[in-house]
Amino acid sequence: MSSAPGTMPALLTVESLEMRYRPRNPGPSGSAVTALDGVLFAVAAGTTLALVGASGSGKSTLAQCLACLERPTAGTIQLDGLELTALSERKLRAVRPQIQLVSQDPYASLNPRLTALEIVIEPLEVQRRFSGAERAERARGLFERVGLSFRLAPRPVGEFSGGQRQRLAIARALALEPRLLILDEALSALDASVQAQIANLLLDLQQTSGLTYVFITHDLAMVARVADDVAVLERGRIVERGPVNQMMRRPAHAATLALFAATPRFVGPLGLQAGE
Amino acid sequence: MTRYILRRTGHAALLLVGVSLLTFLFTSLAPRDYLDEMKLNPQVSQGTLVALRAKYGVDQPLPVRYVRWATGLLRGDMGFSFAYGAPVASLLRVRARNTLLLTTIAMLFAWGVALPLGIWSAERESGWPDRLITFATGALLIVPDLVLALGLLLFAVRSGWFPAGGMAAVGVESLSWAARARDYALHLVLPVGALVLSTCPVLLRHVRAAILDVLDSSFIRAARGHGIPRRRLLYRYALRAAANPLVSLFGLSLGTLLSGSLIIEVVMSWPGLGPFLLEAILARDLFVVIGGVLLSTVFLVAGNLVADLLLYWADPRIRAERGGS
Repeated sequence: MSSAPGTMPALLTVESLEMRYRPRNPGPSGSAVTALDGVLFAVAAGTTLALVGASGSGKSTLAQCLACLERPTAGTIQLDGLELTALSERKLRAVRPQIQLVSQDPYASLNPRLTALEIVIEPLEVQRRFSGAERAERARGLFERVGLSFRLAPRPVGEFSGGQRQRLAIARALALEPRLLILDEALSALDASVQAQIANLLLDLQQTSGLTYVFITHDLAMVARVADDVAVLERGRIVERGPVNQMMRRPAHAATLALFAATPRFVGPLGLQAGE
Repeated sequence: MTRYILRRTGHAALLLVGVSLLTFLFTSLAPRDYLDEMKLNPQVSQGTLVALRAKYGVDQPLPVRYVRWATGLLRGDMGFSFAYGAPVASLLRVRARNTLLLTTIAMLFAWGVALPLGIWSAERESGWPDRLITFATGALLIVPDLVLALGLLLFAVRSGWFPAGGMAAVGVESLSWAARARDYALHLVLPVGALVLSTCPVLLRHVRAAILDVLDSSFIRAARGHGIPRRRLLYRYALRAAANPLVSLFGLSLGTLLSGSLIIEVVMSWPGLGPFLLEAILARDLFVVIGGVLLSTVFLVAGNLVADLLLYWADPRIRAERGGS
């Protein structure tokens, strides 16, 4: 978590973002579903915005739009002033390395046919960066950065635990030296101790590389730990936004209060109590 | 790996023994044999028949006949055709070669069409190209092979563009090399067309389903996020990830190279294994039937073995699973 996000220029600006789609099995009305409806926010460079919301609130659709894996129906997404929604697929390919997504399921997000080394150097091959030997050397550095032993590199990814897989997914995302990392429930499939390790890793990486994070989660304790700002998503709209301290102490909107109410009550090392 | 191949080859050998035993058993259960039919011929004496029965061992009990045939097989002798008066192996060789010429070309065409079209269809799921392909494959799937072959024959007869049956024109040997190749190619068009139209829809639907399965997967989306070009994503990543069921299907394609074209060969008068086996069954030409069935089984077993080896080579999960065994 970095300090004073308001003083830094916005790296990511999202304006009036809308996403409507027809469901695969539409009901009798056959009407389109609105997943995102006028979403508006900005994230300053080197900071973390936590996007929280209940299941079905549109968090993952927003992640897919931000990672340019889905084209929004309307609205704009700008990365450092460059409007991504207006770019053709060909032009977008050149920008993609700057935005990387780490998804929820560390089992589904890594190609089970590849070894750990192949997973990490795959983005470099795709972007045709460096020679073979240089790629392996870069991969060694990435393994070290995410706390994985390089001795594991030749092993097939099927032999890795959930935590190791998520570290690999982060290493893969970092391979292209992105400016923006979207973490879509990236810690929620992991147990508490591994969650804490990966959260620390993300904070370290932010400090050393100045990365910007959009951290999508429903875990408020993790939000308090890693985020600078929080935005609450409900039915595809951002209903409340603010600095993390303010949001944790004085949540105002009913959706935010409901999220607090749904969080198990405990007093953690941060002294935070859910629903406080 | 060597142990795995040896084990699989051992299984295949056992399977072949089982198939040959069953074929022997079932053909002996059928009423009458070729030599019984010869009794009706007044020019063949009873003494000749007894001598022929003794010569081919048909008068022996089933186990003795089987052992005699099996030991002959180990020397490359597949028995003797009563109808043709010639060794089965040499007869089968020519017919199998003709069938393989037809089916190999048809298989290459069918896969060559099914792979790109299936991938294209999956990529445009629910779009008009996908709907059109789904409709066309559905329509082809409900047309029986026999009707398809007859329809093509009718087309050949009406249009006069292609020869209606056979493998080559009369006197093809006297033609130049180029003219001979053209003649063979023209004769191949209809049976190859019929085989492609009957097998391609199944292959295409499997390719489409396998690609659809992986296109939505998280790691393919991740590869897209790295900026991979569309063609490379589809053909190098998605196809590789979707390969397992397709490799098994390819093995089946290899396995049915000898047995999958029977009806088409009969209708199109292609001098392959199909009509040859059908005649042999009707004439109760025992060793030809057994030899034909065994040869088809060898192909089926070999096709499956090739598919397993391809899977072993292509998928590290299977290597890890079976590596030590």
